[in-house]
Amino acid sequence: MKVFAFSRRNDLEILRDPLNLFFGVGFPIVLLLLLTVIQRNVPVALFEIEHLAPGIVVFGLSFMTLFSATLIAKDRGSSFLQRLYTTPLTAGDFILGYLLPILPICIAQSVICFAMAALLGLPVTIHILTSVLFIIPVSLLFVSLGLLCGSIFTDKQAGGICGALLTNLTAWLSGIWFDLRLVGGAFQKIANLLPFVHAVEMERAVLQGDYAGVFPHIWWVMGYAAAVTAIAVFAFLRQMKRQ
Amino acid sequence: MDAIKTVELTKKYKDVTAVYGLNFTVRQGELLSLLGVNGAGKTTTIKMLTGLTRPASGDAFLNGKSILTDSAAVKAMIAVSPQETAVAPNLTVRENLEMMAGVHGFRKSEAGDKVTELSDRFGLGEIAGKKAGKLSGGWQRRLSIAMALVSCPQILFLDEPTLGLDVLARSDLWDMIRALKGKMTVILTTHYMEEAEALSDRVAIMKSGRLLLTGTPAEIRRHAGTDKFDEAFVRIVKEGAQ
Repeated sequence: MKVFAFSRRNDLEILRDPLNLFFGVGFPIVLLLLLTVIQRNVPVALFEIEHLAPGIVVFGLSFMTLFSATLIAKDRGSSFLQRLYTTPLTAGDFILGYLLPILPICIAQSVICFAMAALLGLPVTIHILTSVLFIIPVSLLFVSLGLLCGSIFTDKQAGGICGALLTNLTAWLSGIWFDLRLVGGAFQKIANLLPFVHAVEMERAVLQGDYAGVFPHIWWVMGYAAAVTAIAVFAFLRQMKRQ
Repeated sequence: MDAIKTVELTKKYKDVTAVYGLNFTVRQGELLSLLGVNGAGKTTTIKMLTGLTRPASGDAFLNGKSILTDSAAVKAMIAVSPQETAVAPNLTVRENLEMMAGVHGFRKSEAGDKVTELSDRFGLGEIAGKKAGKLSGGWQRRLSIAMALVSCPQILFLDEPTLGLDVLARSDLWDMIRALKGKMTVILTTHYMEEAEALSDRVAIMKSGRLLLTGTPAEIRRHAGTDKFDEAFVRIVKEGAQ
């Protein structure tokens, strides 16, 4: 299949970049270790491993947006995509080729984070497996954000916007590091209108086996994932036509 | 049948006309060089012929297939080696070639045979396991052309294939391009006059989006009344301005 040849290339490009491996796997693990040590010295309920692990898993996915956006923006900036536009690959092949290969990387990243959390004391239950399954719509959201940013920004802009802005938005507005109710007001309202806190709350509920608690968060996540994917596809097709 | 025939091919970007009513033909197996100073319309012409941009009016036929109405058939018969070395930097030389075979729909065994054949032909065997991003400019350009040939194209577009290469690397690439002559139709753009003269069966000179003249290098020299090809090019382009 033509699309698999293209998506394999995208996988290899991402996985063979040492910086990607550091930020994609190393950094979330370092955060888990560091915050667990802090929690042991100064106990804070928010940093208990059952609370912390789902947050770190979602935060780690924000780097996938960075990897995806940078790859696409670089391909657009070089002649690489132009070369491929003259091959029999269709627009659908390009979109699937950029979206699909990163989803398994997201799942692998989540598995590694949960495995590390288990080593740090997270009870090993079936709920870890279901948490990994529920990470799929969250992954689609972050990977589609990558397709969107990669389609409209240069690689330098994508690096700044996804590497600095999005990772900070995910960190600050997701309730991973502090309880949003402590800030309250407009901050909390804005956070609740964005998908990040809902992704974290959904994962926390699943990990605790509280499947009723998944709602309404999953609707927010799936709604954003669908909307961002649709906008990203439109943006990619638009830049493809322009090129 | 002509390999390429353009009919009043025109491209406009808003108010600016980049290519005016281009009419030319390229015979099968011929190597035609498109020459012109910056802004002449060479790259736009190639973009239209390869389906990267749609003409404002007119049409072009590649082995009889219209770029407007039969773009899938056109894509299946062409390949492009862009000006920049368009390779996947974190993939090895072999993986780059395999990827191109894959996107052209080759089965695994076919792809393996094709990759081996091209590696041998282009002397890429010894560096097959090396990442493309780590290669020198000359080797990247060599790989870029090999990638274009994976699909066995009937028409090959080479956009400034030797730009920025040293004398030896350029000489090597000239030998490779010469070896393609007669086996496929090649359209080459270049700023190097000696390259166009050494490699081309015919040359087409463009200026400001218009085709000024086509002919063999000898005909171009005769037309301009000089023995030197670069001098002939300058005279024709300057006369074209008047």
